[in-house]
Amino acid sequence: MRKQYVVAALAVIFSLFVLTADCISGELEAFGGQKGTLKISGGTAHIPVMKEAAQRIMSAFPDIQISIAAGGSGVGIKQVGEGLVNIGNTGRKPTDDEIARYQLKVHQWALDGVGVVVNPKNRVKALTKAQVMDIFAGRIDNWKSVGGENRKINLYTRDEASGTREVFWEKALDKGTISPSANVVVSNGAMKSAVAQDSYGIGYVSVGHIDSTVAPVALDGVIPTIKTVKEGKYKIARGLYSNTKGEPTGLTRAFINYLYSREGRKIVEKGGFIPFP
Amino acid sequence: MNNWKERGIEKIFLLSTIISSSITLLILGFMAYMALPLLRGGLFRLLTEPWMPQQGFYGIYPMIVGTSVISLLSLLIAFPVSLGCSFLISSIGPKSLSAVFRRIVQMMTGIPTVIYGFVGIFLLVPLIREFFQGGSGMCILTAALMLGVLISPTMILFFCDSFDRVPRSYIDAADSLGANRLQTLLYVILPSAREGIVIGVLLAFGRAMGDTLVSLMIAGNSIAEPKSILDSVRTLTAHIALVIAADYESPEFRSIFACGLVLYLFITIVILAVRRLAFRKSEERA
Repeated sequence: MRKQYVVAALAVIFSLFVLTADCISGELEAFGGQKGTLKISGGTAHIPVMKEAAQRIMSAFPDIQISIAAGGSGVGIKQVGEGLVNIGNTGRKPTDDEIARYQLKVHQWALDGVGVVVNPKNRVKALTKAQVMDIFAGRIDNWKSVGGENRKINLYTRDEASGTREVFWEKALDKGTISPSANVVVSNGAMKSAVAQDSYGIGYVSVGHIDSTVAPVALDGVIPTIKTVKEGKYKIARGLYSNTKGEPTGLTRAFINYLYSREGRKIVEKGGFIPFP
Repeated sequence: MNNWKERGIEKIFLLSTIISSSITLLILGFMAYMALPLLRGGLFRLLTEPWMPQQGFYGIYPMIVGTSVISLLSLLIAFPVSLGCSFLISSIGPKSLSAVFRRIVQMMTGIPTVIYGFVGIFLLVPLIREFFQGGSGMCILTAALMLGVLISPTMILFFCDSFDRVPRSYIDAADSLGANRLQTLLYVILPSAREGIVIGVLLAFGRAMGDTLVSLMIAGNSIAEPKSILDSVRTLTAHIALVIAADYESPEFRSIFACGLVLYLFITIVILAVRRLAFRKSEERA
């Protein structure tokens, strides 16, 4: 009698193994028999997703090596165009000129919001779009004018090659000016640590990067969160793209398909983005 | 046969010398060529205009100001400190202490600049921000302070070496005339080590000007022309690092070659000055 229990228990455990193994191979089976290196570079916003996907693939198939480098959207396009990497990620749709010059094939797999952030100590937690435009243009330069402390506003912006900057500049600032005296930081992470350090700072990051170290600012009453971006209420949003030179093949093809798979979409969600389409 | 072989080897050495020295010139030529489309728009415009890519201005004037101000200020901060340190190490301090300090300074030269940048972000930037109550703390002063720390080991070691090279007989003569240690230092050691000090300063200046990471991380990188030392500023090197990701064909990208050109010329002038001083010194000896 007892023996039967043990056998039954073992059978359950075994079938669980089989089931989970089935699950993994179900999503990852395209990688079976593949080997070699896949090089990815570009947008910093993509990195958490790329890393997670790469880790899962590499632990299931040790013959596959995937390397991921940051550098921004500009670097992504440049490197994939020149054949230095297999996939170049961008936080903006490549321009028609870029697509034509490098024969790029564009794959969009997520939506991403760009939210204004301040230090958690800051009293200001809501701004209108007009106020944000005035602040970033330098026309409003004291927190007092928008209901905060009597201290100078410290502006943080991103470098010109940044996709996050482009989305923010186009959609939040309506292509208005960004004050030349704004500090320039080089990544979403650097932006977060700059604003987290500076009680009187204001900047902008991908919604997926917002955590407890910085406080999101509601824009025209809408707080930038994954939910509001997904519902389309929060308008400062962009697509996340992976670009290949020409139609992808082999490992590159399998990787991009994986991003669109059920498991891939889960990873995208976990990274703070909204899976697309 | 032997003679022929020797001459052949001579030729090979000559060739390698020519290659390695011409690379420097080729780089200069390459940068000038790449910057040409911008240079054609007028060198004067390039050097005096602001940087506003969206309005079509690709001038690098704010960055030239940034680089000059930060490196000069860091030199101003680091020079007295380094001079004092090297006095202590080479003559005033007790032997055992000097040895320890010398080791520490030698170790400091090996610290990667990114670490200085990191320390700057987390310690110096908040300090400056709260102390002056204005601005973000990422400014000329912060970067100059951190760069001062970065370049002082170079100066200290150079100063120490030149102090050590002062002939023993000079110091003995001063001693026998009844000079105390401070007097010896001021009237004997310092004047005879003058050239070494100048060369050390110029080398440190070159290092401050060429450093990228410290200014990229803590100077703020704003593109405005600075009005005070508490303003955020972008250096030429940081500008290159920030713009290098831009589109290859864009004028933004071209402008980094102009930056490279200006830096190259700055550094060349510094090196020529060093050479001249070092040369004059050896001539005097002869």
